[in-house]
Amino acid sequence: MSTLTPAAPRRTTTRPAAFIAGPRRRGKSRMDPTRNNTAAGIGAWLLALLFAAPVMWMILTSFHSENDAATNPPSIAANLTLDAYREFFGETSGVSPWPSLINSATASILSTILVLVLAIPAAYALSIRPVKKWTDVMFFFLSTKMMPVVAAILPLYLFARTVGALDNIWFLILIYTSMNLPIAVWMMRSFLAEVPVEMLEAAQIDGAGLLLTLRKVVAPVAMPGIAATALICFIFSWNELLLARVLTGVVAGTAPVFLTGFVSGQGLFLAKVCAAAVVISLPVLFAGFAAQDKLVQGLSLGAVK
Amino acid sequence: MTTATARISRPGRNAATPSRNARSRERALAWARRAPLLPALIFLIIVTQLPFVVTLIISFLNWNSLSPDKTAFAGLENYATVLTDPDLRQAIFTTILLTVSVVLASLAIGLGLALLLDKKFIGRGLARTLLIAPFLVVPVAAALIWKHALLNPTYGLINGTLTWVWSLFGSGTPPQTDILSQAPMMAVIVSLVWQWTPFMMLILLAGLQSRPMDTVEAAQMDGATPWAIFRHLTLPHLRQYMELGGLLGAIYIVQNFDAVFTLTAGGLGTANLPYAIYQTFYFANEYGLASAAGVVVVIGTIIVATFALRTVFSLFKKEAAR
Repeated sequence: MSTLTPAAPRRTTTRPAAFIAGPRRRGKSRMDPTRNNTAAGIGAWLLALLFAAPVMWMILTSFHSENDAATNPPSIAANLTLDAYREFFGETSGVSPWPSLINSATASILSTILVLVLAIPAAYALSIRPVKKWTDVMFFFLSTKMMPVVAAILPLYLFARTVGALDNIWFLILIYTSMNLPIAVWMMRSFLAEVPVEMLEAAQIDGAGLLLTLRKVVAPVAMPGIAATALICFIFSWNELLLARVLTGVVAGTAPVFLTGFVSGQGLFLAKVCAAAVVISLPVLFAGFAAQDKLVQGLSLGAVK
Repeated sequence: MTTATARISRPGRNAATPSRNARSRERALAWARRAPLLPALIFLIIVTQLPFVVTLIISFLNWNSLSPDKTAFAGLENYATVLTDPDLRQAIFTTILLTVSVVLASLAIGLGLALLLDKKFIGRGLARTLLIAPFLVVPVAAALIWKHALLNPTYGLINGTLTWVWSLFGSGTPPQTDILSQAPMMAVIVSLVWQWTPFMMLILLAGLQSRPMDTVEAAQMDGATPWAIFRHLTLPHLRQYMELGGLLGAIYIVQNFDAVFTLTAGGLGTANLPYAIYQTFYFANEYGLASAAGVVVVIGTIIVATFALRTVFSLFKKEAAR
């Protein structure tokens, strides 16, 4: 920090007067980000706990019995039990969530693989060896993501019904692929753009072929980005409800669809709902935290590093 | 940047395919460049653009699948209905209200959180992780939790906490809320703000951390107040990040279905366009009308997007100059 201060006098002359609040001058930095800031810390922690409270409450309630879950005031210290999880996995009802969880996993994983297969070459043609007018292509990809799903869902539904692809997981996989492809292209382009041009040139001069260049130069730099892209696409597919609700039914229904049909409205079901929410959110929580350090770059489509 | 890559790609190409005709070689090169792009492009056009063209066609038809024999060309009739039907007009209004309020509120709160997390304090990493958690709950699950575990008037956590706090002061008559039936729109907005604030926070925090600190230091040396620094240095720097967060958030929130479907089932004026369209074609079987409403959403999105895209483009141009 102190090494930067010599620059200050020079700036004094160029800065507009608006920044100068008055005759007071402070020699010491007040906003030094490396300084411990107790007030900000307390504020941030209070807000963090407030934001995490619903999640923590969901987890705690899922380990309570139905009677302890539905009390006012809440019984925080009630005995812990796995009953709600047993109920969710169909101990008394006999309705197992496993088929829907497996459908979700199938749809999310396979569509993510398809997305990567299509997005990586496309991103390559938009960054490392770009086509002419590649920015136009980028914005075409983004514009397809801006088109709301509802504007295409009816033809998709009618098509699926006509060709007998309703309630078929493969049709859902194709649709999820198209849903995530624009995002993945944007993300992958930003990750591939990080491959230094000098390294590519060096590889060319050394006579490395395309495959060798991809394997030895591009892949090591792009791998964390590919992983982050895959995790984010997985999350979006896993979370999707509207398309799954319209295009699937009893056979290919995904976990979110199962969850919407899960609340009976009869008797006490709060602990069971919390257990269901925990189980279904677990893959997303894992994927999200695994991608945490690339999450911003991924979610901002590569615009923010 | 094209020149840089052309420089590296040509020698290899020349050696591999020596061609006498320079123009056909150029063309072949251009297609070699395009080839990796084509599968993704073609796939996307077939799966997203083609259906939209069909939607456009259906939107001019009077088509109810329950009475298919009455299917006929309807001209602009469906569009007139979309704009005059009280429910659909309400849905347009709800969509705008929902998107604008959720984007603005989550941006504002996200900015506050990012400013706090930009400071150093004990357990900052853990606090950041806790703050991301809401974004990583499956939206349907989050909506179910809000509906049953938090907002339930009998045993939800919010009323439970009120009872508990009031009992601390010896009061047996705590105030109790019933947001779901008294202010359902508020319930949807609050649950979505809760989910989207971490997203905005992450983007704004990245923006804050890319802020050139020497200018801030210089301003401090000149005696600028923290507010002046925030107003004249931090905020202008964050502007493009806020616009980016707002745009991306809006893309997702305009299309929100999960929260509306789960929390209120579209009741009491909370049905937004995605929900209304879903109802119109899935239950009312009014294919023509649903398609017209879908086209209206797209037109609205295009209007917003042309403004928004310009912003993204300015951010993107800098990086594209590579």
